[in-house]
Amino acid sequence: MEASLNTQKTTEVYKKQSQFKEIVRRFSKSKSAVIGLILFGIVAVVLLLADVIVPYAEATTVHPELKNLVPNKDHIFGCDSYGRDIFARILHGGKTSLGIALLGTLCSCVVGCLLGAVAGYYGGKVDTVIMRGLDIFMSVPDLLFTMAVVYALGANFINLLIALTLAFFTNYVRLVRSQVLNLAEKDYVEAARAGGAGGLRIIFTHIIPNAMGVIIVNTTLNVAKIIIYESTLSFLGLGMPPPAPEWGQMLSEAREYMRSAPHLLAFPALSIVITACAINLMGDGLRDALDPHLKS
Amino acid sequence: MLEKILKIKDLRVIYKTDLETVNAVNGINLEVEKGGTLGLVGETGAGKTTTALSIMRLLPSNTGRILNGEIIFEGEDILKMEEDKVRHVRGDKIAMVFQDPMTSLNPVQTIGAQIAEAIRLHNENMDEKEVQERVEHILSLVGIIPQRKHDYPHQFSGGMKQRVVIAIALSCEPDLLIADEPTTALDVTIQAQVLAMIRDLRDRLGTSMLMITHDLGIVAQTCDNVAVMYAGEVIEFGTVEDIFKGEKHHPYTEGLFGSIPNLKSRAARLNPIQGLMPDPTKLPEGCYFAPRCKYCTELCNKTRPEVIVSGTHKIACHMYNSKYENEMKQSVAKHAKKKEE
Amino acid sequence: MIEKENKVLIQTEGLEKIFSLKGGAKLHAVDGIDLKILKGETLGVVGESGCGKSTLGRSILRLIEPTGGKIFYDGKDITKIKGGEMRELRRNIQIIFQDPYASIDPRKSVIEAIAEYMIIQKTYKSKKEIFNRAAELMDLVGLAIRYANLYPHELDGGRRQRIGIARALSLNPNFIVCDEPVSALDVSIQAQILNLLMDLQDALGLTYMFVTHDLSVVKHISDNIMVMYLGKCVEYARSDELFENPLHPYTKALLSAIPKLDLDARSKQIKLIQGEVSSPINVKLGCRFSKRCEYCEERCSEENPPYIEVTPGHFVACFKVDEGGKILY
Repeated sequence: MEASLNTQKTTEVYKKQSQFKEIVRRFSKSKSAVIGLILFGIVAVVLLLADVIVPYAEATTVHPELKNLVPNKDHIFGCDSYGRDIFARILHGGKTSLGIALLGTLCSCVVGCLLGAVAGYYGGKVDTVIMRGLDIFMSVPDLLFTMAVVYALGANFINLLIALTLAFFTNYVRLVRSQVLNLAEKDYVEAARAGGAGGLRIIFTHIIPNAMGVIIVNTTLNVAKIIIYESTLSFLGLGMPPPAPEWGQMLSEAREYMRSAPHLLAFPALSIVITACAINLMGDGLRDALDPHLKS
Repeated sequence: MLEKILKIKDLRVIYKTDLETVNAVNGINLEVEKGGTLGLVGETGAGKTTTALSIMRLLPSNTGRILNGEIIFEGEDILKMEEDKVRHVRGDKIAMVFQDPMTSLNPVQTIGAQIAEAIRLHNENMDEKEVQERVEHILSLVGIIPQRKHDYPHQFSGGMKQRVVIAIALSCEPDLLIADEPTTALDVTIQAQVLAMIRDLRDRLGTSMLMITHDLGIVAQTCDNVAVMYAGEVIEFGTVEDIFKGEKHHPYTEGLFGSIPNLKSRAARLNPIQGLMPDPTKLPEGCYFAPRCKYCTELCNKTRPEVIVSGTHKIACHMYNSKYENEMKQSVAKHAKKKEE
Repeated sequence: MIEKENKVLIQTEGLEKIFSLKGGAKLHAVDGIDLKILKGETLGVVGESGCGKSTLGRSILRLIEPTGGKIFYDGKDITKIKGGEMRELRRNIQIIFQDPYASIDPRKSVIEAIAEYMIIQKTYKSKKEIFNRAAELMDLVGLAIRYANLYPHELDGGRRQRIGIARALSLNPNFIVCDEPVSALDVSIQAQILNLLMDLQDALGLTYMFVTHDLSVVKHISDNIMVMYLGKCVEYARSDELFENPLHPYTKALLSAIPKLDLDARSKQIKLIQGEVSSPINVKLGCRFSKRCEYCEERCSEENPPYIEVTPGHFVACFKVDEGGKILY
């Protein structure tokens, strides 16, 4: 049996085709997922272009004479209790909030996944140390914990990020660990070992890609949670220092005027709800789309 | 002519997803004699399980659709029955045993409870004492000590679990038992025990049976009649003598026999059938087996074969059709010559 | 056709794998197996579930670490080697798995799956050369090159199994453990794959250990056959000899349990062995088959029957088979 193929033919033939198209198709089947995506897209674009749409100054400049101004053609969302343009504050505040949320999610994901993968794959003492450490960590109520961290380190972008990472990484550890425990039993992992692959290689080339679906879905859902969480922090006065706009903080300030000037409350509240909802819908759609293609 | 307990006429079943339509069963005709066993043989994708599920009307509701056909059981068409009546028939008159005993049993209920549940479902008026007696009776019928009715499925081995599953299926003394690869997951010595038990029960209770399998050995030892399925069609049907001792065969059946490693033969190489079953979403124009058939001619690629009947033996192949005698003779002769070379 | 040298490629001495279960119980999966496989030959290992055949294969490969005994590859003791030596061993002994659906990473394309080992072992300097070789392997195992970029779930069982075979061949091993490679496949595909394995053996001079529960399959492909029961070898002989002259009661039971294609056998009452195949947990002394054996005597449940060569090349472990190979039951 002779094997004769020329090099040219092979390199043409080998192109990395992804399953991306299939995932996109399945995603687009779900109306709610697409609505979520579009909504989030709009929100993201608008927030990213915050500086272009309305200068930052608008969000922080105080106009005492415009206090609690009802929405009109100059200030489409009206003004808050300091006379600041709410629309500008929503936009710039959103940019900060979303930015922190996305970065926070990313950091917590990376840290959590790595710890979970290592615990799951190596098992034994490593696993015990990591998991018990995690238990201790989780025994402290996370809000209290992050409050303490921010209070101790001071409220700025980096510290907020650290606090959020610490609060959310635990999610991933357990998740990835159980995925790993499940996947490590698979024949194809044993096959990789038969080829001489070591632990880390197996984790990165076989286990994490196959756990990706679950990780991604969880991540998108966490973004929504983090936005709300971050809003909570800023509501409690532990967010970015004033006058930096933040949705949670805006909610806090709006408390006093709930009855007299509901628009102060309405717009930040709606923004949080819409953003979180959009992300959740997308996350659900992603989960269904990433579902084992093998089950068709 | 023996009475027929089940008659399937021109059954067509598809699975429709948003992407494609899978033609699972493409117009089959089958009959099971009362008290007899029909073996339904074929490989993966032939449509055997789909046929069984259609008889029980257990196709997945979102994708499975019965397009056409009649399934006449004891005189009535199952496909036209009301859902209530079907539920009454299922389990009571027609019972089904699936391949994997691991997943057919509820792990958190004792086996006694599961058998009792089946009995109570179809015998509303029975009192508890009678139900328990029935449970014990059935357990001993399948070779399990009655006291074990308090045990849980995980306490039994694979073979025992399959017996329990069969016990549940027989608990209401059904008229027809459909066994879908009942012993495939079992070890060979356990398989022998379970098959012997099935045969024994069938003889004692007079149950008719539809035995679905890919193992021709099982067919030879347990069945009276055989239907060979390929790509959703019955391409050969006959008594077990017709299939195992007959001289005429559908080329696919011939190929199946040639692929089996035979304990008796000393041939170094097997004779597999080249290629694969056709894509059920894109079936060929002519005979479905033509692309893999060594006797294939132009005619085979263009025209669907008719079923040629000779006594009890039915074969769907142009080779046995007197209309095409000349064309097919040439091909057979050509092939015989090739074999000699 | 490569000449068969009379060299022992794989040898085990008293190979043992005992699993410690929760609660202190011990599962004797592989209990003292001695075997020799000559270069270019195939050893068929048959037995039902729980006999330890899969564990045996994996132990030889060191995918499962043995708890006792020794393994030799080409005369060298490989029982405890580690690190670089182990990685080198992986180039010489390989495995083909049973389940073509589970043994290939669903996220890798066909050609990526085949290339994986070569990438790990850095067989060639450039990725391009590796993928080239992978394409050659596809050709060798009869996989059309147009499948290169497809994913495993888009192919049928037979083709997937070919991927597994190509992958096993990618490091040019000398010895391959075939762990039930055709059990999950349809009959006609089984035949195709068996033929392929036999052709590859002839062309590349491979040595196989063919693990299966299917006696008819093993007859076709093996030179020698070993029958295992609950971790022990009960009979070993050349392939034809085993089928013509089975000595151990278990071997005979296995042979008679296979549903025959012969219609005339219907009326014959086959002797069924009673009882279940169990797991070898906390085994006591005595023949492991004694509980199910109809010829069992007192001695059988108290002492371990010796494993003796009754006729040249034919070994059996049964008190009721005398030293000359005569059956006493």
